[in-house]
Amino acid sequence: MSNPAIRLVGIEKRFGAVHANRSVDLMVEDGSIHGIIGENGAGKSTLMSILFGFYEADAGEIIVHGKPIRIRSSADAIAAGIGMVHQHFMLVDTMSVAENVMLGMEGGALTAGGLAKARSEIIRFGTEYGIQVDPDAIVGELSVGQQQRVEIIKALYRGAQIIILDEPTGVLTPAEAEQLFRALAELRRQRRTILLITHKLKEIMAITDHVSVMRRGEMVAHRKTSETNPQELAELMVGRPVGQPVRSPGVAGEAVLLDVRNISVTDARGVLRVEDLSFSVRAGEILGLAGVSGNGQSELIESLSGMMPRRSGEVFICGKPVPANAHAGTLRAMGLAHVPEDRQRMGLVTIFPAHESAILGRQDNPSYGSRLFIDQKAAIADTAGKMTRFDVRPPDPLLKTANFSGGNQQKIVIAREVETEPDVLIIAQPTRGVDIGAIAFIHRKILDLKAAGKAILLVSVELDEIFALSDRICVMCGGRLMGMRRTEETNQNEIGLMMAGLEATTGEHAA
Amino acid sequence: MSAKPVSLPRWADVILLPALNVGLAFLASGLVVLAIGESPLEATALLLRGALGHAEGIGFTLYYTTNFIFTGLAVAVAFHAGLFNIGGEGQAMLGGIGAAIAALLLGSLPAIIALPAAILAAALFGAGWAAIPGWLQAKRGSHVVITTIMFNFIASALLVYLLVDVFRPTGMMEPSSRVFADGGKLPFLHEIAASLGFKLAKSPLNLSFVLALASAVAVWLLIYRSRLGYAIRTVGANPTAARYAGISPERITILAMAISGALAGMMAVNEILGVQHRLLLAFTAGYGFVGIAVALMGRESPVGIVFAALLFGVLYQGGTELAFDKPSISRDMIVVIQGLVILFAGALEFMLKPWIAKLLTRKEPA
Repeated sequence: MSNPAIRLVGIEKRFGAVHANRSVDLMVEDGSIHGIIGENGAGKSTLMSILFGFYEADAGEIIVHGKPIRIRSSADAIAAGIGMVHQHFMLVDTMSVAENVMLGMEGGALTAGGLAKARSEIIRFGTEYGIQVDPDAIVGELSVGQQQRVEIIKALYRGAQIIILDEPTGVLTPAEAEQLFRALAELRRQRRTILLITHKLKEIMAITDHVSVMRRGEMVAHRKTSETNPQELAELMVGRPVGQPVRSPGVAGEAVLLDVRNISVTDARGVLRVEDLSFSVRAGEILGLAGVSGNGQSELIESLSGMMPRRSGEVFICGKPVPANAHAGTLRAMGLAHVPEDRQRMGLVTIFPAHESAILGRQDNPSYGSRLFIDQKAAIADTAGKMTRFDVRPPDPLLKTANFSGGNQQKIVIAREVETEPDVLIIAQPTRGVDIGAIAFIHRKILDLKAAGKAILLVSVELDEIFALSDRICVMCGGRLMGMRRTEETNQNEIGLMMAGLEATTGEHAA
Repeated sequence: MSAKPVSLPRWADVILLPALNVGLAFLASGLVVLAIGESPLEATALLLRGALGHAEGIGFTLYYTTNFIFTGLAVAVAFHAGLFNIGGEGQAMLGGIGAAIAALLLGSLPAIIALPAAILAAALFGAGWAAIPGWLQAKRGSHVVITTIMFNFIASALLVYLLVDVFRPTGMMEPSSRVFADGGKLPFLHEIAASLGFKLAKSPLNLSFVLALASAVAVWLLIYRSRLGYAIRTVGANPTAARYAGISPERITILAMAISGALAGMMAVNEILGVQHRLLLAFTAGYGFVGIAVALMGRESPVGIVFAALLFGVLYQGGTELAFDKPSISRDMIVVIQGLVILFAGALEFMLKPWIAKLLTRKEPA
């Protein structure tokens, strides 16, 4: 490695008591794709934020293309040839692609000149790197994958030799992700350097040349991708061996516990988000619902769990009809439990102590006190029990909910929803933002519920998760059901096509 | 990873920060006093002596405190549900109307019947007046900040109408009701003390001070221990989570506003049943608005509110005496000082927080 694109030496960063980066060293070869993996909170985002000038390191050295530099703002980073594609795009939806690209570098009071230059550059990037976008399209009307390309073009337009991508595939379909990887490979061929931050081992293996692993703020290993394997990387991330539970195929019972017939849901603005959807889940069965996020899954779950009314259609839980405007409390009483897709927005109240979050949705339950008052001691004791059984760390019922890590927050939610012995469970994104170690634990719990004869609707954007747990898989796209397959009779390719809205032509619908 | 919001240990949040803010307010007030050519130290001494230095002054201080406890609690309950109730003034006026109606009708009955009825009427009228903006917010999306302000004006006009055209005895020039019969008068504490055989200085302090303290305890139980309070706090912190939990944010919005209005309405118990013994104009005197500052300073917790109310009671009573003793420091100066306390303790509440957090974390390395 004669002249590395980036060298970081002894980077230190603290946020109060949190030591986010401890003496981090990193060497990124020029013209390579370098992966950085680690669990949530391992410090990868902090490190990249330091590199892009959002934070300044407390100590350490940043050397870009052999020159030691100080990066105090993103302007410094851009001047040093570093560009960043954020997980959440920083685009103006109502502007055209060209306007977005030139934003901040209009080159004078009138925009015509800058706009023409941006337009011609966008077209040049399209032909040179295969990153094609219509410069006059309105950004808000583009697909997520195309919007991401706009972000990459923005970085290139600012002269970035080094591009940082933060969890770039989280919002993409498998096909879009593949396109992205092709573009990244092309950029590498043209001697640009790519830093890829991800927690998906598969992507690391597929595209990177080198990989660095972070754990608890430290850089714990550097590997040549060709000389490592996913198992080793997973263990390096977690710090101990990780075992994935295995699904036993087959359905435990015959009884249909959740029956959804021709359901349609409109959102608050009156837009039809779920259109004429039907499916059923039997006792002891896990039905996986796959789809790119934003295709109506959220509205479907919220309607099924009583958070918003449905417009038409029928729902039966354990054979009993559910009124169209039943609220969440009614549905819980009918035997439904719901692990929401966004635990911080719905499933917990982050400013509450854990024992108050642990009774959310069951705040009127007689076991937590009298008719008017909540028995704090009962709630605390109950939460302490759940924390032991679900290995929540730290097992402190009085700790503020926000102070638990994502995985431990999720365990609190799952413990709460599972332990009321529901018949039907809607589990959405159970492992989003959850550490690898906790993922295996949560998956095992879901499989235990299946074995106990519950009917489970599993909604996830992670295809690996869907395939690991589901007995049947159905796919939603644009609010409609694209098809349903038995897990044994399909593959990620076929499901991926259905996620992209392509009607699968082969394969018969599973019952 | 975004920058973490600064958080302080509880003692620093509850005691240190408010104390520093009040200190700053006094410092700034001192500069103003200095600017008009008076000694800040002397003014402070006069203010404290006026409020706490003699038995009668303490009585007046606690009488003002009573008003602030009620209006502060009112703001806090709504705040826990994520609502900003600016309508304490109007709700207190309605409370006064309710109390007066009950006291006028039932005043000739024994106090043991008339007084609870009048107190209940004050609470119910206040609750009803606040529930309407609550309903409008819940069902129509009309923001309570706007509607409660508008309801203050309506209440004020209603009070004028009732006093001029309905309650005023014929031949009286002043727009006020007749004095209640004895059953509608809440006893003064110095009267109670006298009947028990010891002597207290004469002051407007009356039994509603005890009612205010009891309300603080009740609000604490409601917010932190009851199922309804849990629902209120959930809606205030995260309405989506409330919907997830089967709690109706609409229902809680209306209920929380009603409870808030009831507390504001009970301020009239102190003024109308306790001191004036008749309904009159402008008896709310801005206490409803100052309740916002009291609630903010008290961190929306009943314990904090009692202490913040006491501080404002001291400022009101001490300020009045100060204006009396030092003619160059007019009544308006007192309003300036109160304004500065509100500015530093309310609006700039968190100004010092990052610095304190830095100082505290430097001391205890991870």
